[in-house]
Amino acid sequence: MGTGQYKVKVGLATCGVAAGGQKTYEKLRQLLSGLGIDPEKTGCMGMCYCEPLVEVITPEGKSYVYGSVDEKEAEKIVREHIQGHRPVKELLVLSPEEETEHSPYMEKQHRVLLGFLGKVNPESIDSYLSAGGYEAVKKAVGTMTPEEVIAEIEIAGLRGRGGAGFPTHLKWKFTREAPGEQKYLVCNADEGDPGAFMDRSILESNPHGVVEGMIIAGYAIGATQGYVYCRAEYPLAIKNLRKAIAEAREHGYLGEKICGSGFNFNIQIREGAGAFVCGEETALLMSMEGKRGMPRFRPPYPAQKGLFGLPTCINNVETLANVPCIISRGGKSYSSLGTENSKGTKVFALAGKIKRGGLVEIPMGMTINEIVFDIGGGISTGKKFKAVQTGGPSGGCIPAELGDTPVDYDSLQAIGAIMGSGGMLIMDEETCMVDVARFFLSFTCDESCGKCTFCRAGTKKMLEILDKITEGRGEESDIDLLVELGEQIKAGSLCGLGQTAPNPVLTTIKYFRDEYLAHVRDKRCPAKICKALIRYVILPDACVGCGVCRRNCPVNAISGAPKEPHVIDQEICIRCGLCQAGCRFDAIVVETGLPEADTDKKR
Amino acid sequence: MIKVKNNSPATGDNIKIIDEIVRRHNIHRGAAIPILQEIQTTFGFVPPEAITRISDLTGIAESELYSIATFYAQFRLEPVGKNIICVCHGTACHLAGAEKVTEALQHATGARPGGTSPDGLFTLEKVACLGCCSLAPVMTVNGETVAKVTPEKARAVVKSLREAAQKNKTAKGGRP
Repeated sequence: MGTGQYKVKVGLATCGVAAGGQKTYEKLRQLLSGLGIDPEKTGCMGMCYCEPLVEVITPEGKSYVYGSVDEKEAEKIVREHIQGHRPVKELLVLSPEEETEHSPYMEKQHRVLLGFLGKVNPESIDSYLSAGGYEAVKKAVGTMTPEEVIAEIEIAGLRGRGGAGFPTHLKWKFTREAPGEQKYLVCNADEGDPGAFMDRSILESNPHGVVEGMIIAGYAIGATQGYVYCRAEYPLAIKNLRKAIAEAREHGYLGEKICGSGFNFNIQIREGAGAFVCGEETALLMSMEGKRGMPRFRPPYPAQKGLFGLPTCINNVETLANVPCIISRGGKSYSSLGTENSKGTKVFALAGKIKRGGLVEIPMGMTINEIVFDIGGGISTGKKFKAVQTGGPSGGCIPAELGDTPVDYDSLQAIGAIMGSGGMLIMDEETCMVDVARFFLSFTCDESCGKCTFCRAGTKKMLEILDKITEGRGEESDIDLLVELGEQIKAGSLCGLGQTAPNPVLTTIKYFRDEYLAHVRDKRCPAKICKALIRYVILPDACVGCGVCRRNCPVNAISGAPKEPHVIDQEICIRCGLCQAGCRFDAIVVETGLPEADTDKKR
Repeated sequence: MIKVKNNSPATGDNIKIIDEIVRRHNIHRGAAIPILQEIQTTFGFVPPEAITRISDLTGIAESELYSIATFYAQFRLEPVGKNIICVCHGTACHLAGAEKVTEALQHATGARPGGTSPDGLFTLEKVACLGCCSLAPVMTVNGETVAKVTPEKARAVVKSLREAAQKNKTAKGGRP
C-alpha cells in the first residue's frame, strides 16, 4: 500500500485557474478520493508559463512537479506515479533525480519570499504556522522594542519595493516619531502597473506573510489600525486575505494584547475602484477617505499628516512581506544578499516574449541577461532579444546591448530606467518601440487625474504626436518636440505619475531613435505593427483559393473565385489580421514601407 | 433601455436594499466608495435613483457622488449587457495582440469597447492589467478568465454565448 502517504498539491492562484487548474483539481480529487488522498490547494509556484502545476510529494518526501496538467494528464499521473510509483517523465518540469530543461528557472533564483508560494496553503493558517509562520511576530512583539525592530530593518537595508526605493526604516521612524496617539499603517496593494503581478501572487498565495509583516510594522510605528488598499480587480487576493485576517484574529495574532503584550492591532481591507493614480500614496489616502483619488501636495508627508489627517505609514505588499523574513533571520543575514545600496532580493514578473515567464525572485545585482537567458530561457519566438521594459508606464526601455546592467536601484536609474514595482517585459524584434511608447503613454494619459496641467494636457499632446508618427504623418521635428514636452511634464507635475509618464517615450527615443526615424522619414514600421504603415498581401503562388480569408474578413475586402488566388482591396482593408490568422497556407504576408514599385519609381 | 425602467431600483424593495447598504457602511469614515461598490454589485450598475437616495441618507452631495462615480473606472452609470467580456489591455496582452482580440469581439458582438451591443447581449470592456501576463492575451467572460485568446477563440466564445441565449429564449416560449 503506502499510497496514502503521497501528497498532491495543485497551484490555484489566478494564473493556475486561468489555465484550467480548477478542472485539474476536481479531477484529481475525484481520482484520489478512492486512495484516501486529499489534494491540497496551494498558490502560485511562479512557473506561470506551464500552469496548471501539480506537485507530487512521495512518502519519502521527494518533490516532483508536473507542468501543463489537464484532466487527461492528471489521470496519467495518478495511475502511473501515485499508484504505480513511477514518475511520468515526459510531464515533469522539476524532478529531484535529474535536471530538466526547466531546472535553471528555479536554480538560478534566490527564493526568500517566494519560498512560501506554492508550498503553503493560502487558505490555512496551520499550513503557514507549520512553515514557521508568525514566529517573527512572537519575536518582535514579545522580545523586541519598537526601536529595536526599526534598527533591525535598518541593518537589513530594506528599501521600498513599490518602485521608488525609499528606505523603509526611515518611513517607520518618521511615523513613530510623529506626535499623536492614533496612527495608521496602510499596505499599498493597488498594483496598477500593467505587466506586474508580484503583489497579486504574494497576496493570493501567502496572505499570512503580508498580515505578519503588517503586524510587525504596526508594532514598530505604534499604529493600532492597519488597512490593505487592494485593487478590486484581484478578487482572489481579497478573498484569501480576508480569510487570513479572520484566522489570524482567531489565533490571537490580531486584536487586543497580541502575543500577551500590550499591543493592539487590527486590519481592514479597502477595495480600490480602478484608478491607477491611487497607487501614489497621497492619492491612495484620498481614495480611502472616500474622495476622488487626486494626489495632495507634500509636505506634509503622510508620516506627519496622512489618513484623516493622522500620521500614516504606507508600505508596499512586497516590502511588508519581506519584514517577517528579516526579523526571523536577522537584518545582517538579509543584507548579505544584494549590492552595496540595494539589499536583499527583488521579485519580478517576467512576461512578454519570453520562453519561461512567471514570478522570479533574484538577489539584487543580477544582470538583465542572466534573468532573460538563464532564468527565462531566452526569447519565446526564436527571434532576437531587442529590449526589456522595467517599471511599467513609469519606467524605461532598456536595449539588449545594455543587457549586462546589474538590476539594482541605482544602476537602472543611471541608464534612464527604474526598478519599478517589478514588471519586466521582454521584447523581441517583432515589437515596435514607437508602438510600445505610444501604448504606455495612452495608458498614463487615460489615468492622469487631471490635477496638473502638464500631466493632463501634456500627455495628451504627446499622445497626439505619437499617433501622428504611428499613422505615418510624422515629421522629424516631432521627435525633438516629444523630448522637449517630456522634460517639461516631468518638471511640472506634482506626483509620480506625471513625473515619470514621459519615461517610456524618452528612453525609446534615446535608444531606438532609428525606429522613430523609419516611421517619420520612410513611412515604414520595421516591426510591422503600426497599422497605417503596413498592408496585408496575399501571395498568388501560395494561395489555393480556399476562401477562408474571404469569409473571415469582417469588411469584405477580399475577393477571388474558388480555387483561384484571392486579392485584398487595400482601400477597404482595416488591417485587423483576421485573414492571416485563419490562413493555413501561409499565403498572407505583411509588408511595410512604400510598395516596391513606388520605391523604384522614386529612384 | 426600456428594460431599465422596469428594473428601476428606486422602487419598493429596492429602496430597502439601498438603505440597508448605506446603513451597513456609513459607520466608517469615507464610506462613499464602498457604498457605491456594493450598489454596483447588487444592481450591476449605479443607477441615478440610487445616487439621489445615497445623498439623502448620507448628506454627501449628489455632485460629489457623481464626481466619485465618474473618476473611478470601476463604476458604470448605465446597465450592462447579459454577458460581460473584458479584454485585458495590459502590456503583455498588448504585445500578444489584445488589440486584435478586441477588434474581433467588436465585430462579433456589435458592441464598441466600453459599450453594450444593440441586442443587449454583450458588454465589451477594455480593462487594465488582470495580472495573468504569462497567459497573454487574456480576457474574462462573465468573470471567468480565458487564457491565450486568439481572434478565432474570441469569436467562438461569442458564438456559443449567442447560441445559449437563443436556446434560453426558445425555452421560455419565444418571449424576450
